[in-house]
Amino acid sequence: MPEAILSLSNVTKQFGALLASDNVSLDLMPGEIHALIGPNGAGKSTLIKQIAGEIKPDSGDIRFAGRDIGDLDAVERSRMGLARTFQVSSLMPEFSVLQNVVLAQQSVSGKIFRFFKPVLSDASLLEPAMAQLERVGLADRAEMRAADISHGERRQLEMAVALALKPRAFLLDEPMAGMGPEGSKRLTGFLDGLRAEAPILLVEHDMDAVFALADRISVLVYGRVIATGTVDDIRGNEDVKRAYLGEEA
Amino acid sequence: MFSLFLEQLLNGLQSGVMLFLMASGLTLVFGVMGLINLAHGSLYMVGAFACAAVAAWTGSFWLGLVASLMAAALAGALVEMLVIRRLYKRDHLDQVLATFALILIFSEGTRWIFGSFPLFLNVPEALSGTVTMPGGSEYPIFRLAIIVAGLIVATGLFALIGKTRLGTRIRAGEADREMIAALGINIDRLYTVVFALGAALAGLAGAFVGTTQSVQVGMGEPVLILAFVVIVIGGIGSIKGALIGSLLVGFTDTMGRFLLPIGFEAFFDPASATAIGSALASMLIYIVMALVLFLRPSGLFGTEA
Amino acid sequence: MSMNRETILNIVLAALLIAVPVIAQIMGEPFIITLATKVAILGMAGVGLNIALGYGGLVSFGHAAFFGIGGYAAGILASHALNYEPIMEAPFEINGTTQMIVIWIVALIASALVALLIGAITLRTSGVYFIMITLAFAQMIYYFAISWPAYGGEDGLSIYVRNSFPGLNTLDPISFFGLCAAMLGVAIAFSAVLIRSRFGLALHGARQNSQRMMAIGIAPFRVRLVAFVISAMITAWAGALYADLNRFVSPSMLSWHMSGEIMVFVILGGVGRLFGPVAGAALYIILEHLLGGMFEYWQLPLGILLLVVVLFARGGLIGLLAGERKHA
Repeated sequence: MPEAILSLSNVTKQFGALLASDNVSLDLMPGEIHALIGPNGAGKSTLIKQIAGEIKPDSGDIRFAGRDIGDLDAVERSRMGLARTFQVSSLMPEFSVLQNVVLAQQSVSGKIFRFFKPVLSDASLLEPAMAQLERVGLADRAEMRAADISHGERRQLEMAVALALKPRAFLLDEPMAGMGPEGSKRLTGFLDGLRAEAPILLVEHDMDAVFALADRISVLVYGRVIATGTVDDIRGNEDVKRAYLGEEA
Repeated sequence: MFSLFLEQLLNGLQSGVMLFLMASGLTLVFGVMGLINLAHGSLYMVGAFACAAVAAWTGSFWLGLVASLMAAALAGALVEMLVIRRLYKRDHLDQVLATFALILIFSEGTRWIFGSFPLFLNVPEALSGTVTMPGGSEYPIFRLAIIVAGLIVATGLFALIGKTRLGTRIRAGEADREMIAALGINIDRLYTVVFALGAALAGLAGAFVGTTQSVQVGMGEPVLILAFVVIVIGGIGSIKGALIGSLLVGFTDTMGRFLLPIGFEAFFDPASATAIGSALASMLIYIVMALVLFLRPSGLFGTEA
Repeated sequence: MSMNRETILNIVLAALLIAVPVIAQIMGEPFIITLATKVAILGMAGVGLNIALGYGGLVSFGHAAFFGIGGYAAGILASHALNYEPIMEAPFEINGTTQMIVIWIVALIASALVALLIGAITLRTSGVYFIMITLAFAQMIYYFAISWPAYGGEDGLSIYVRNSFPGLNTLDPISFFGLCAAMLGVAIAFSAVLIRSRFGLALHGARQNSQRMMAIGIAPFRVRLVAFVISAMITAWAGALYADLNRFVSPSMLSWHMSGEIMVFVILGGVGRLFGPVAGAALYIILEHLLGGMFEYWQLPLGILLLVVVLFARGGLIGLLAGERKHA
């Protein structure tokens, strides 16, 4: 049986009286899209932050690419091949769209502390960066300032930056957030093809996308995983229905 | 020896209490308005000069003291309305530079009006003279008086912050700047009052210290730096931190200068001991600050800004 | 190379900086040459600060520490050499020197080490704490210099004869100016190359969004530390030149007023602009001598000018003349 790229075992995080993550265990297998859903306040963001390395769990293990990453910080985890996108687009506003991707490309190349060669005439960075922009459909926006592009385009740029990192796994935090139906459909199609390159842990609220894409779904409620299974499993699960629709269901 | 020690201890207390007057204003302004103000030392200077000028003109130290409070508060209010108000939304670099510009304006302006020579501010008759301390040495009554005065003001400040409506607004402002505007409190006026209050405290400290030392242009700058060290140690925005920090810095500085050269005499000849001891004493406060920041990056009582 | 307004302005400034002392030389006014040399040196100190402040967004209020380290490197090495006293005798002998090149290397290394130490501690903080702690470290060094009697303490240290540079008569004002201008040119060229390099992109990125930097696998702390060290080294180099210009070094080179002044050059000229510090230094020197000659309290209008620039003309002199900066 193939080994999981990413696995969480009994991850727990408490903030004072609030139990944000309650013994969470889940894994991400190669080639799959594993969706993480749950009502607002369920603790999805906190979980993502713990996987990405921004917060340290109180207890539990996180393994990535065959090793325990508990002691690694966000920078190290990114370098190991974990690419994450943010729920609220986190980009370099003063840079052009292209420069944002070039910077990610530069990180991957490993050569950051170079002081003499001009970066923007370096074909070894520019060409792959443009290629990523073309993949997400932003090639014609390459020279625009990131602060000046539309919200949907910013989500696309987030995706391009993640792609540039050539990661072993994607951690996508609500990539469809704020996108209209056109954009969501395009992104769904895109993600569908992406899973072959690297598995995706997808946090999403957009149920159409989730049911269309997910190989497996985990449902997080009050910090606890109440169910994990295929789309059909989850659709038919009473606990899940109750969690979403309240006691009346 | 004991009497010398006691004297230095009292000096340390005096230094700490005066520093508190400076630091409390500074930390209030930063805590409530988020503004870093380098011109605070200039307000200290304004207080001292006002006191000296009015005392010389009227012959009364007490009138001078009232003048120092009023002049500093007025200068503070004016500066806040004309300049500081435009800086609240700016980044720290702009605030540093603009208030640095204010230092230049205040210093050169004062030099223009009063000249470059120090002014004299004499201790009032009622408080002149010394009192005999346990151990036999004489300690100036005035210095004891300003320690007491400073502690009274500190108590008053804590009462103001803790028990009055203004204090509640100040504390609310420190906790959530946007919220108090939404609650309908006149932010502009609150900020001006807070700034003027800080200025008055600085001016008072200036008048007190000016009497024991001298009144000259630039007198506020070393104190300003120390006040910044105090609020960094105590935690920016915390009055309690400012008090603890001030006393810590006051004592460390005074006792350090006193004890370190003596301590080094055990290892070196007197001349070298004094040199090394003094050098280390001046650096001591910054070493303490670095240590505190290393262990508690937001200061002793600070909340992460 | 595209000829935008800023580039043209830079060329004009460079030309003026060369032309003024050359004309002064012809007209026999060595004092003007000295002023121009001062502009070049102080401008260079500002170019150093600009890397940390303008490009890196690090409000270092303690850069005078590095300026002073450079100055004292020159002063200490020269005084030991001129007094025929070794700096150290055991375990091996180290002598002073009056060779500028050696002095510069010492200044660069010393400032790099100090900046590495200070930066490693201060760059873990941010915002006001960073400003205050950089100031505090500079103050530590300042008070140390005042209290340490071996090198003059508060009175400072004289350099009896200006140090030597191969092939040049450094005592000749125009020759020394040429040397300083050349060094300024090196600093500016390096600054220009740096900002366009991979490192420059990373630094600019770190200034905009630390969170994103970490998410793509670049540690902002490391980038900032390197920028801080480079910035310190250039300012220290200027400090060594300054000590040679005045043939004197004193703790005032380490004071926070000096830190503030270097910041003023950068701001007046335009933060993050290539020639900004030079324009700012020139403006400052002109005000000091032209205005200062007429009005003793010239720092009062300087303060007002600075206030006006900060409040209303953020781009400084270059921003005013060349307009909005094109994005990097």
